[in-house]
Amino acid sequence: MTQDILTLSATEALGKLANGEVSSVELTRATLARMEARKHINAYITPTAEHALAQAEASDKRRKEGRAGLLEGLPLGIKDLFCTNGILTTAASKILHNFVPHYESTVTERLWQAGAVMTGKLNLDEFAMGTSTENSAYGNTLNPWDESRIPGGSSGGSSAAVADYQCFGATGTDTGGSIRQPASMCGVVGIKPTYGRMSRWGIVAFASSLDQAGMFARTVEDAALLLEASAGHDPKDSTSADLPVPAWSKNLQRDIKGLKIGLPKEYFIDGMDTRVRDSVMQAVKRFEAEGAEIVEISLPTTKYALAAYYIVNPAEASSNLARYDGMRYGLRVEGDNLLDTYIKSRSEGFGEEPKRRIMVGNYVLSSGYYDAYYSKAMKIRTLLAREFAAAFEKVDVIMTPTAPNPAFKIGEKADDPISLYLEDAYTVTVNMAGLPGISVPAAPVEDRGSLLPVGLQIIGKKWDEQTILQVAFAWQTMGGVERLGWRG
Amino acid sequence: MNLPHNYEMVIGLEVHAQVNTQSKLFSGAATAFGAEPNTQACAIDLAMPGMLPVLNHAAVDAGIKLGLAIEATVNPVSVFARKNYFYPDLPKGYQTSQYDQPIVEHGKLEIEVEPKDGEPYSKVVNITRMHLEEDAGKSIHADHANVSYVDLNRAGVPLMEIVSEPEIASPEEAGAYMKKMRALVRFLDICDGDMEKGNLRCDANVSVRKKGIKEFGTRCEIKNLNSIRHVMAAIQHEAERQVEVLEAGGSIDQQTRLWDPDKQETRTLRSKEDAHDYRYFPCPDLLPLRLSEERIAKVRATMPKLPDVLKTELMDAGLPAYDAGLISGDRAYVAYFAELSQGRDIKLAANWMTVELFGALNKLDKGLEDSPVSAAQLGGLVDLIASGKISGKIAKQVFATMLESGKDAAAIVAEQGLGQISDEGALREIVAKVVAAMPDAVAKYKGGNERVFGSFVGAVMKETKGQANPEMVNRLIKEAVASR
Repeated sequence: MTQDILTLSATEALGKLANGEVSSVELTRATLARMEARKHINAYITPTAEHALAQAEASDKRRKEGRAGLLEGLPLGIKDLFCTNGILTTAASKILHNFVPHYESTVTERLWQAGAVMTGKLNLDEFAMGTSTENSAYGNTLNPWDESRIPGGSSGGSSAAVADYQCFGATGTDTGGSIRQPASMCGVVGIKPTYGRMSRWGIVAFASSLDQAGMFARTVEDAALLLEASAGHDPKDSTSADLPVPAWSKNLQRDIKGLKIGLPKEYFIDGMDTRVRDSVMQAVKRFEAEGAEIVEISLPTTKYALAAYYIVNPAEASSNLARYDGMRYGLRVEGDNLLDTYIKSRSEGFGEEPKRRIMVGNYVLSSGYYDAYYSKAMKIRTLLAREFAAAFEKVDVIMTPTAPNPAFKIGEKADDPISLYLEDAYTVTVNMAGLPGISVPAAPVEDRGSLLPVGLQIIGKKWDEQTILQVAFAWQTMGGVERLGWRG
Repeated sequence: MNLPHNYEMVIGLEVHAQVNTQSKLFSGAATAFGAEPNTQACAIDLAMPGMLPVLNHAAVDAGIKLGLAIEATVNPVSVFARKNYFYPDLPKGYQTSQYDQPIVEHGKLEIEVEPKDGEPYSKVVNITRMHLEEDAGKSIHADHANVSYVDLNRAGVPLMEIVSEPEIASPEEAGAYMKKMRALVRFLDICDGDMEKGNLRCDANVSVRKKGIKEFGTRCEIKNLNSIRHVMAAIQHEAERQVEVLEAGGSIDQQTRLWDPDKQETRTLRSKEDAHDYRYFPCPDLLPLRLSEERIAKVRATMPKLPDVLKTELMDAGLPAYDAGLISGDRAYVAYFAELSQGRDIKLAANWMTVELFGALNKLDKGLEDSPVSAAQLGGLVDLIASGKISGKIAKQVFATMLESGKDAAAIVAEQGLGQISDEGALREIVAKVVAAMPDAVAKYKGGNERVFGSFVGAVMKETKGQANPEMVNRLIKEAVASR
């Protein structure tokens, strides 16, 4: 029974909740038990069992009263970067080890309004800085496909929990690939919508012009549904767009015949992991066989994108992290004077990666260097956005690998920050241009004796989440998406 | 003390004017002065994780108003930037301000200068720019213990930073500039202009150079001057200090200095080497501020006629420059005078307002907004004078009663029977009786002693308790005397 209900997709589970086959309390209890049994995966920083059961009971009551929302009774995990009212919110940092917000992020508030149940706060790289979830002050998360491997990052707790049936879906945030890359590593669906589609209010800020919330799910229709319930304009976020939210989940069918798929040559280069390329190209071929037209395109500024990203991102991060100063909340280590208190609090509170980004960020913004770095990086951003816009004159979607490799071993790249940065190579361009992107599982590959998932990234036009969801749904319908079998 | 005759001052002023919006520049928290510490700071002002700024458009409108009033360019696009530095009263670790793309540029302000020695003159001071920014909180350092306190009520309060060109040449000009700026922001009702409460502050950039030399000397910036008197004194002393250093063969270090009003001197706060690198960059949480022509026009339509324009109009209508300047310089005065002078003799109205009313309010230590006599009431009094119902002398008496009781002039006149006697028949009888009773005086007057005329008038006034129409009395006495 437990396995039967936990391996349902969110949409299937909602169906069973609706026809009374299962209650939210039963679904939630089963999920909490699974979380307990699979604790070693370390997907959750803070499980919230009591809170979840209270929410589930309230949900069952609402359903009985005929007041069921879009996600009524569905257990979801929340990346611990979303502020949750009255519940510890750490951003996986020691500096927020005791931080309990008195407010709820807009995205999670909308999920609760739709009837969802929170199972707990999910692990991540500290302040979402990382690609392996090894940068968490609360220990790394294991990849359920192969527990000696990383689950991707920064939303590694989210991708692992969804893949491992420890929730029916999860929130993530994606600044340079932090939803799509871990989705790729754990063989789940991960969508980052257009910048401005989701409210950033109440999400611990990392790099504000790049940060965007999104969703992890086991199926494309689940991803569409979760996104639908949480997207939309928020007057509290000046960068959120005042646009209506389409009913994405009700409009997933699409004839692939005549679909124009762009393959940017800069993403398929000599020296790339051939297994990844083959897996992605296999998917592309399948689309071609279904009648899609494959168009080779060029996005020449791509070669500067990662460098520019690692200027804009630390610049904004250095400023966004200045508020963690030990004065008002979070970790405070008393020093002999003000400066000493700042230095001690921040030295002890932040891990290596935030420190690295703060230093790089301060450097690129300092007087005399601003023009050479930040200003130039912003110009690259403009060029990238233009190139994508021009490409979308010719094609409907762009397909690339999500990540340059399948999940690597824990510790394998831990001493090499640059190689960890390279994990973002295929995803950062989408953030730099503010576009929507989705990662869906392509054919798994062999690596040192393990079968590991590979992500197919589908990039869309600005505000056109619908098309990438339709194309991803078509791929799923073709049988492309393979879920992890039940473990444990 | 003045500078040696061969030196001149070069002064630029940065005025920080607190915009009088109800809420902060980027949050909904209140901005009222004098609240309990930290009761007017919300999660955004406290820089809690995940909080985001939302621009207060009332503050933007205030900026547009100032820009239009100083005949500046109101930029169609301006950008909020982050100015990064650490301090406990700066919760975010950065101040959101405007940097290389301010909302307003290229304005000017005409000032009227009254030097201690010399003729008054007017001068145009160009204004480089005005930008919007948020204020920081307040740090309170307890001397007795090794602690400091932070009050974040002020954190995030909107400020306009108005930067002049270095075209101010004396403390008097600086004082005149501050006065004019204060009057203007008050007139526009965009800032309370109360320097004591700190909602108008000033940093002064001061340098000196030998006359005839075109290059600027090295400047020092004096921070946080909170009264016009301090602005003037600090500039004078700083300029003198610089001349002393130069005359002794030294050179000026570019510094930020503080004015100590008790010691009447400036002292070093930090030198150029200690200057912060603020790592400015556009704030990614806020979109560039775009102002359409329509929006600017809409704001323009809500603006009152400006003091300089009003002054000219009042002078054209016959008021002396002083009265015109006084009435046009304050929005409350303008409104009061508009109601008072409506349909009345403008000079008489101005006289009663600026001399009698202001004199009385001065004695009572009250502002016009607390005047016990409304414009309509004062108008009623002016009407009684103009129509001859009461004399000017009686009017003063009535006015005094109005101040005390708050009653209308007509009611007081009626109650106390102060109405002027303009009944010619009645007056003629009284005059005849008085003249008949003073045969000696009549003889003297007829003999050429015109001074005795006053004794007839006095007697008539005594008889009528001062209520006789003076012009009529004069005429009737002359007739009565002549007929004898």
